[in-house]
Amino acid sequence: MDAKRYELNVQLAQMLKGGVIMDVTNVEQAKIAEEAGAVAVMALERVPSDIRKDGGVARMSDPGMIAEIKKAVSIPVMAKARIGHFVEAQLLEALRIDYIDESEVLTPADEECHIDKTKFSIPFVCGARNLGEALRRIAEGAAMIRTKGEAGTGNVVEAVRHMRTMNREIRQLAQMPVEEVTGFAKNNGLPYELALKVKELGRLPVVNFAAGGLATPADAALMMQLGCDGVFVGSGIFKSADPAKRARAIVKATAYFNDPQKVLEASMGLGEAMPGLEIGQIPPEQILAKRGW
Amino acid sequence: MSVHLVKHTPGVIGVLDLQGGVHEHLEHLERLGIPYARVKQPADFADLAGLIIPGGESTCLARLLDIFELKEVILQHYGRGMKIWGTCAGAILLANRVVGEKPCLGLIDIEIVRNGFGSQLDSFKSEAIIESVSADPIPLTFIRAPKILRVGRDVHVLLSIDDYIAAAENEGILVTVFHPELTGCLALHRYFASKCGLNPAAENPSSVHQDWENVSWMKLARIAS
Repeated sequence: MDAKRYELNVQLAQMLKGGVIMDVTNVEQAKIAEEAGAVAVMALERVPSDIRKDGGVARMSDPGMIAEIKKAVSIPVMAKARIGHFVEAQLLEALRIDYIDESEVLTPADEECHIDKTKFSIPFVCGARNLGEALRRIAEGAAMIRTKGEAGTGNVVEAVRHMRTMNREIRQLAQMPVEEVTGFAKNNGLPYELALKVKELGRLPVVNFAAGGLATPADAALMMQLGCDGVFVGSGIFKSADPAKRARAIVKATAYFNDPQKVLEASMGLGEAMPGLEIGQIPPEQILAKRGW
Repeated sequence: MSVHLVKHTPGVIGVLDLQGGVHEHLEHLERLGIPYARVKQPADFADLAGLIIPGGESTCLARLLDIFELKEVILQHYGRGMKIWGTCAGAILLANRVVGEKPCLGLIDIEIVRNGFGSQLDSFKSEAIIESVSADPIPLTFIRAPKILRVGRDVHVLLSIDDYIAAAENEGILVTVFHPELTGCLALHRYFASKCGLNPAAENPSSVHQDWENVSWMKLARIAS
């Protein structure tokens, strides 16, 4: 990927700012999402809460299904490849979707290496729990970052933890004298040049979205007020009682995240949210955020 | 003691702040030294000389304009003379004919097709001379861009490339399917400001600001001060 292509990919993510990216598993859901005002859809066979329930190995979705969704909507289509599975990424690029999510929601294919994203023309979004993880993914060529909240739980606590951690580290970096950056970068696993860039910008050098565990309009507004540039909602929409209504409500709440009256109106009469899961109840080996580094 | 409502001084350009490339336009207006505002509540539109509808997803923006009854507000201010510029998704919202879809604001007689080039892999950068705007080439950034297929009689084509039209205007509306806010060139922003009766510069250099980087907008969206 040359510099011009990388810039275009970063810029597409910029155009998604303030928007909601929704997980969809078929054409009908994709159309509901588009109609509700989603800025993009994530095409996958099973939403994270089902992947969690079913267990086993979760892989890239059936390309035929992704192609059908691509045909059905005019908003950008994203799809997931396993961490380190560069051939799945090659297939998604050949399918000419718009963005690849190298995702911990799928079972990792490589426990040592993430995909070398600089080899691709298609953009990648990657999850990060802290500043070091975000900058390592950017160093590998990611054009967009998202939090790594615990997918499929309907519990926003981990996404909040990741965003607060990231913000704390950015503030520390921004305030420290430059001679302390080398040590901070070493101790926190930050690529040095990118650490300097973050220090100068006072934020990540690419767009950062919230993802993992968001289930309500208030969850979306919370993540936006914490400084996210937009949100992903996975199981939260199509595992709720009234997906179309909830999808619209989350779109409204994300656009007007700092207007409690509008978020309140959006929160009325939505029916049941998806069932929630306490993080402490999940066996440690099933925590998705620990996948990748 | 009289109570004063907070009002914009005349001469402000607003950027519709619902979704999309808002900061990028604000940053360009700041470079031009033109007073700017983010607008998202009906009262925010009072006295605006111009409004920019940024790039983003047109279905999302159209849905939000509908839900929050901003469509009528925009039409009303257009009626009193507020000029409007739509970039990419913004151009779709301003068109009176959208292939396969209902138009949104319908303020310029053009037929436009969403996502006219293909996927993100077909997004590209190029440059062209837009004679009405500047004598020198202007950098162009197309991201999943729409194509304008044809224009009505009262619409002036500013730039056509191959089989499509990339920029056009009528008296009150400017549309570009590319993103001037994603380049270091201010020529289109200056052109729109002149259209709004602001900052009427005799010359409109298309030179790219050397200190512009794609991250320049981020000073308006910092986490740490």
